[in-house]
Amino acid sequence: MTNAFDLSGSVALLTGGAGGIGRASVAALAAAGATVIATDLAPDAAIDGAAAYKRLDATDEAGWEVVLADIERDYGRLDILVNNAGISVTNSISDTSLTEFRRCMTVNVESVFLGTRAALDLLARSGRDRPGGSSVINLSSVAGLRGGPYMSTYCASKGAVKLHSKSAALEFAALKLPIRVNSVHPGAIDTVMMENIYTRYVEEGLFPDLAKARAKGSAGHAMKRMGTADEIADGIVYLAAPASRFVTGSELVIDGGMTAD
Amino acid sequence: MAGRLDGRTCLVSGGMRGIGRAICACLADAGAHTIVTDLDDEGSADVMAMIGAIKDTSYIRLDATDEQDWLAAREHVEQAYGRLDVLVNNVGADLTGRVQDIPLADWRRLMTLNMETVFLGTRTFLPLLARTGASTPYGSSIVNISSIMGLVGMGEVSAYNASKGAVRLFTKSNALEFADARIPIRVNSVHPGFVETPLLRQGMERWAARDGSRSADDLIAAMAQATPVGRLAIPAEIGKVVAFLASDDSSYMTGSEVVVDGGWTAR
Repeated sequence: MTNAFDLSGSVALLTGGAGGIGRASVAALAAAGATVIATDLAPDAAIDGAAAYKRLDATDEAGWEVVLADIERDYGRLDILVNNAGISVTNSISDTSLTEFRRCMTVNVESVFLGTRAALDLLARSGRDRPGGSSVINLSSVAGLRGGPYMSTYCASKGAVKLHSKSAALEFAALKLPIRVNSVHPGAIDTVMMENIYTRYVEEGLFPDLAKARAKGSAGHAMKRMGTADEIADGIVYLAAPASRFVTGSELVIDGGMTAD
Repeated sequence: MAGRLDGRTCLVSGGMRGIGRAICACLADAGAHTIVTDLDDEGSADVMAMIGAIKDTSYIRLDATDEQDWLAAREHVEQAYGRLDVLVNNVGADLTGRVQDIPLADWRRLMTLNMETVFLGTRTFLPLLARTGASTPYGSSIVNISSIMGLVGMGEVSAYNASKGAVRLFTKSNALEFADARIPIRVNSVHPGFVETPLLRQGMERWAARDGSRSADDLIAAMAQATPVGRLAIPAEIGKVVAFLASDDSSYMTGSEVVVDGGWTAR
């Protein structure tokens, strides 16, 4: 019997590989057997589990073409695309500059569009001989399901990712392209990005100090703790694997019960 | 609804046509002074006809994607009226097509028109809405026009889906941010289904041109048939809901999404 979570023979491309969830996802995909190409902004990076690292600014249209051409040449296929690159903005609406708003939309939303469009052809070809087809996994957030104060820009970007995923899923299904598309919605995960968000909350005076902000963040989950990057990575492996072969246009919420409340 | 908005001042972006026009008419019917904004030149024949047709309205030319235009509009509204009770972020455009066929420039233009305009309008008028809201019993109101496409996906609509999903969540964060800071502004989103407007027809004409096998009329008829109530909405059916959200009748509603879709998303 084959293991439905086995990714042997699959090639995966992931953006934002140097961040918390990015690193954990590279390791988890590789542990499941995938050949993982990690990308991020740094010219070079050592990322455990990655078969290769490539510099990719996920907002750069031409950069995507280069990376996809490299992957096709070196591996001949692409089975999994994880659009993970993202930034947070924690600011009041009044203080948010148009530049800041645009930058968040470009990094969090445009990168998903560009990555999906650039990889579409190779994903479609590779998906034909793979159980469950190929898989696009887009990192949204609980902020794509619910609002949060001082998070309007980030919430807007993650709401956009959620609906872009659904439309792409329906479009590919309608066109009989063997590509599934799903979004992942982490709660507060113990990463550098989350630390930045809490730091900004303290700067804005919502909490007296970082410890109180973290405590309140933890308390917002039914399980009364923040999540770990590994706990998101395991969800990504599921969506990447044949185990999720009937799952498309879906939103995988991994939030310790936060949004069930 | 007559009189529910007596003494209130409202501003509507994209107010000259379609849903925006109906929103202006419904706000005016409820007693508001309504500032219609759009890209038409001030004093043009269409603008004069609109001012004549809808009582107690004025017009400002406003490109809702232009930060400076918003600032100029605020200055004008502050000087002329000294208040703003209701902001309706209605401006928007559509974009359909397969993901692989969407040029980045078209994607960006849609995001600018559908999302950035909401951000700019909200940020610009926030101080005036807050001051005005402090002088009325239940505060002022921002109404953002999202869509059922901000709730459910549809194939070949990915960019529009993304933009309207963004408006929905931006609205919720605004609502919480203002509530949290005790700023007296309620913020809600409206999610129309398919409405008989020039925008819808133009979108369907483009779709028909790409598709080749069906006419715009065929596509619109199919859309009506696929809607549980068997017809499209008329713009006034959206306008009335916006007037409700603008008024104190919706005083306990904030961060809410009002779906007006003839049952489309109930399935």
